[in-house]
Amino acid sequence: MKRPKSLVSLFFLLPALILMVPFVIYPVFKTIYLSFFFGDEFVGLENYKNVLLSSDIVNLERFPTNSPPWGALVHNVVWIVIHLPVTVFLGLGIALLLRKKEVKGSSIVKSIVFLGMVIPMIVGGLIIRFLFEEGAGVVPAIFKALGIERLAITWTAYPQTALFAAILGSIWIWTGFSMLMYSAGLASIPRDYYEAALIDGASRFQIFKNVTWPLLKPITIVIVAMTLLWDLKIFDIVYVATGGGPGGASMVLALQMWDYFARALNYNYAAVVAVLLTTLTIIPALWLIRRRE
Amino acid sequence: MDIPKYKLRKYIVSTSIAWFLGLIWLIPFIGVLMASIRPYTEIVGGWWHFSPFTITLKNFVNAFNHPMFPISEGLKNSLIIAIPSTIIPLLVAALAAYAFARYSFPIKHYLFAFIIFLMALPQQMTIVPLYFLLRNLHLLNKFQGLILVHSAWGLAWIIFFMRNYFSMLPTDVEEAAKIDGASDFKIFYKIVLPMALPGLISAAILQFTWVWSDFFLALVFLQNPEKYVATQRLPLLRGQYFVDWGVLTAASIMVLLVPLLVYALFQKYYISGMIGWSTEK
Repeated sequence: MKRPKSLVSLFFLLPALILMVPFVIYPVFKTIYLSFFFGDEFVGLENYKNVLLSSDIVNLERFPTNSPPWGALVHNVVWIVIHLPVTVFLGLGIALLLRKKEVKGSSIVKSIVFLGMVIPMIVGGLIIRFLFEEGAGVVPAIFKALGIERLAITWTAYPQTALFAAILGSIWIWTGFSMLMYSAGLASIPRDYYEAALIDGASRFQIFKNVTWPLLKPITIVIVAMTLLWDLKIFDIVYVATGGGPGGASMVLALQMWDYFARALNYNYAAVVAVLLTTLTIIPALWLIRRRE
Repeated sequence: MDIPKYKLRKYIVSTSIAWFLGLIWLIPFIGVLMASIRPYTEIVGGWWHFSPFTITLKNFVNAFNHPMFPISEGLKNSLIIAIPSTIIPLLVAALAAYAFARYSFPIKHYLFAFIIFLMALPQQMTIVPLYFLLRNLHLLNKFQGLILVHSAWGLAWIIFFMRNYFSMLPTDVEEAAKIDGASDFKIFYKIVLPMALPGLISAAILQFTWVWSDFFLALVFLQNPEKYVATQRLPLLRGQYFVDWGVLTAASIMVLLVPLLVYALFQKYYISGMIGWSTEK
């Protein structure tokens, strides 16, 4: 039922446009505009050059042999390289395990793993800090018991470990998302497919490879795109768990933007980092848009 | 009933792995609970030591009435902001989503693609100009300003979500009402909105939870300590000379209890919202 009435639809769209134009759309273009200025002076791409060449954003001299800081952009990339595959496959594994009929209490386990997604991220960040604190925290205590003294420390206080504490904590939080999405995806696969495959004598691995995995592909694309967005936009966790430190060792783009904006009061550099961050988020966003067509 | 041996083994192995994973995921929460109900001296060497084991509510009282940043005030402020920031975008987005689901108009597809793009937009992309805009409108440090920003930011995903929901609804009742001469707006609020109630509840729950959990926008737009929302107060309760985990964890529990209750009470809607928001119907 498509009713081609432009005027009526304008009436329906108007309140949304009244809110979105000044508070979302105008600021986006204004930020791009600001990124080409320094104070009141138009400087072209000068800001981009300064920001991208600064060690705040990319500091490859230390990467990867020395400990971080490697620059906020590199930290985001490291985050993606570790966090994306781990959460996607861990979520899939848990979803597959909990789908089995013989697992008792699977819905309780599912709720527990999903809990990280329910709590405010700022609380998640505090919990990460607590987990990795020497004395009060579980993780250093485990490494101490294992005799690995190098990791029996307050992770968030050392440049070698701060970034990885945040990434590990983020795995704890985000795996619930991928598990939930895969559980829903698995539940939507018709049972007959499996029965047919079993009659044909397919092994469990063959069934997974030829039936389950291909049918989950659309879901996997969504999970990967959403996880990429999460990895790029990460802010609260880092703000409260490590503050980006020590010495920038766990700094990420979103936090660096806020740093330029609120601490250095350099609105133009802040705008440059914001544009950079948005440019990167366009990749998964386009992926999601294209999937609709 | 006779259970074959190999089945029993499979049952034990799968169930143990599942519960072991569940336990790993639960441990951080158990730690938080332990730290919140015990005195600082008992958890500073590890909350997993149980002698002595003293239960106290002092941490909760201290966090609630903190001399600098009482979490009680923060919870109140969070609520004052989260309720209108849920209702306004829900109504506004439902209208827009209906236009996307039922009408055709010029540039519709481009506009919708743009809205999906806005869903992916980092908040960082808008805050510098927004900060100055709100300052010029005298809305900085005011709840109204933050409510407007939250409402505008919620629109993109709620439009996307509700448009998917409306597209799934059967249209014959609407068509019948149309023949009877009902106006477009009347059809919308008398027929479509009631039918879409489960979708509206899902969207409301997620939007409420996200606004409640927001930290970044509050950090930028509320700079007056009395106005601070609950999430904003949390990192400030650290303690002067050491990290006071007792007060921090007690305050954390009070802040996370609200979204947790919402999740527990509306689990069905919460989950279908999560799935519907990020995928395609």
